[in-house]
Amino acid sequence: MPIETRTLAEVLLVRPAGRIDHASSAGFEAALAPLVAAIGPTGRLVLDFSRIDYISSVGLRVLMVASRQLRERQRPLVVAALQPVVAEIFAISRFDKVLTLAPSVAAALEGASDEARAAWAASAASAGGAPESGPGAA
Amino acid sequence: MMRVRFWGTRGSLPVALTADGVRHKLRRALQSARGRALDDDGAIEQLLDELPFAVRGTYGGHSSCVQIDSGEPELIVCDMGSGLRAFGQALMAARQGTGRTIHIFQSHLHWDHIMGLPFFVPAFIPGNRIVIHGCHAELEAALRRQQDAPSFPVDFSIFGAELQFDVMQPGQVVQVGGVRVSAMLQRHTGDSYAYRFEHGGRAVVYSTDSEHPLADPAHTQRFVEFFQGADLVVFDGMYSLADAISVKADWGHSSNVVGVELCQLAGVRHLCLYHHEPVADDDALDALLAETRRLEQITRSGEPLQISAAYDGLDIRL
Repeated sequence: MPIETRTLAEVLLVRPAGRIDHASSAGFEAALAPLVAAIGPTGRLVLDFSRIDYISSVGLRVLMVASRQLRERQRPLVVAALQPVVAEIFAISRFDKVLTLAPSVAAALEGASDEARAAWAASAASAGGAPESGPGAA
Repeated sequence: MMRVRFWGTRGSLPVALTADGVRHKLRRALQSARGRALDDDGAIEQLLDELPFAVRGTYGGHSSCVQIDSGEPELIVCDMGSGLRAFGQALMAARQGTGRTIHIFQSHLHWDHIMGLPFFVPAFIPGNRIVIHGCHAELEAALRRQQDAPSFPVDFSIFGAELQFDVMQPGQVVQVGGVRVSAMLQRHTGDSYAYRFEHGGRAVVYSTDSEHPLADPAHTQRFVEFFQGADLVVFDGMYSLADAISVKADWGHSSNVVGVELCQLAGVRHLCLYHHEPVADDDALDALLAETRRLEQITRSGEPLQISAAYDGLDIRL
């Protein structure tokens, strides 16, 4: 599964793409685990889901594990920019009640530093102003 | 043809509709009737048919009991929750409760799955034979203990029917008339077992009180193989997925989401949500059914999977 990452000050922005299903979730989990472990004492993790078009229960479990690990360290995880179908899956599974969701990456950065938000705004502007089309892989 | 008849569908504990619950339904029904001419019974029936199930009916409150009716003379039932009492009463009312052999397949021996036996009228009638199948070595002891003093006023000696116990092994095939029955281990405190019933080219799986560890592909594959091509899977959809893998992890139950996924992977035709959360009222179960149907719709990649939510009195013909 292709996963792009970018550092915006204290924020690690992770951008997976495609389907997170029974076939791909192990790869997603393996890729996400070191990123979660790397979140420092002031760090924040934002998952940009704008290019995820399906997630199964196995993929949702991976998010639950990541959320739990970060919560133990009092670090936030925000899942941003869900496609409509994926948002429905989150709602039906009630994951919208246990994870922090944001309608866009910009909204997910509301609690972040000015530096992080400025970095995102600059990258969005350089990408032609499309608010959820961030820069390429870091 | 096979018929699957639901006599008890509630998980963990029987529940009853309250006076406030009835009033709530009546209020909504009358609101729906505003401005409509209801001068004849046909118009009233039409209105009733248009109401949501949560308004015109109820999912019911008996604990687990499902009849697998193949048309064979020997009857088959899954679990002896409080719904077993209703099943026995229906047999007696139809004058079919004597001279019968009734096979009961126990998913496990927790209280909500055995509490109906002391109230099962056919067990009191000489000439009947009750064969209780299950994979727990403590099968007979657990049922006798339930009726020991001081928990119950009468012990097993009150039963007039012949009671037999058959401790099965998972994977072993039991033949009941023309019905082939096999069992599979499930994850639940103290273990539980799913059963697959096959007859006349039809297959029904009864899988309740079963937790699915999502990080174990071998576990998923085992269930996909057991469910493979079934015409109907009766599935424990007690919790939301989020609850099932967080605050209620290791409580031994599953979710509608996992039910849809497993049935899609296994090419099942019809999923019936079962073992409903006692806290869920009729509106909540209507919403659960609608959401589960929507999930199936937006995740479908092959043939459609029919979705139902079990209620006491539901009769599914295959």
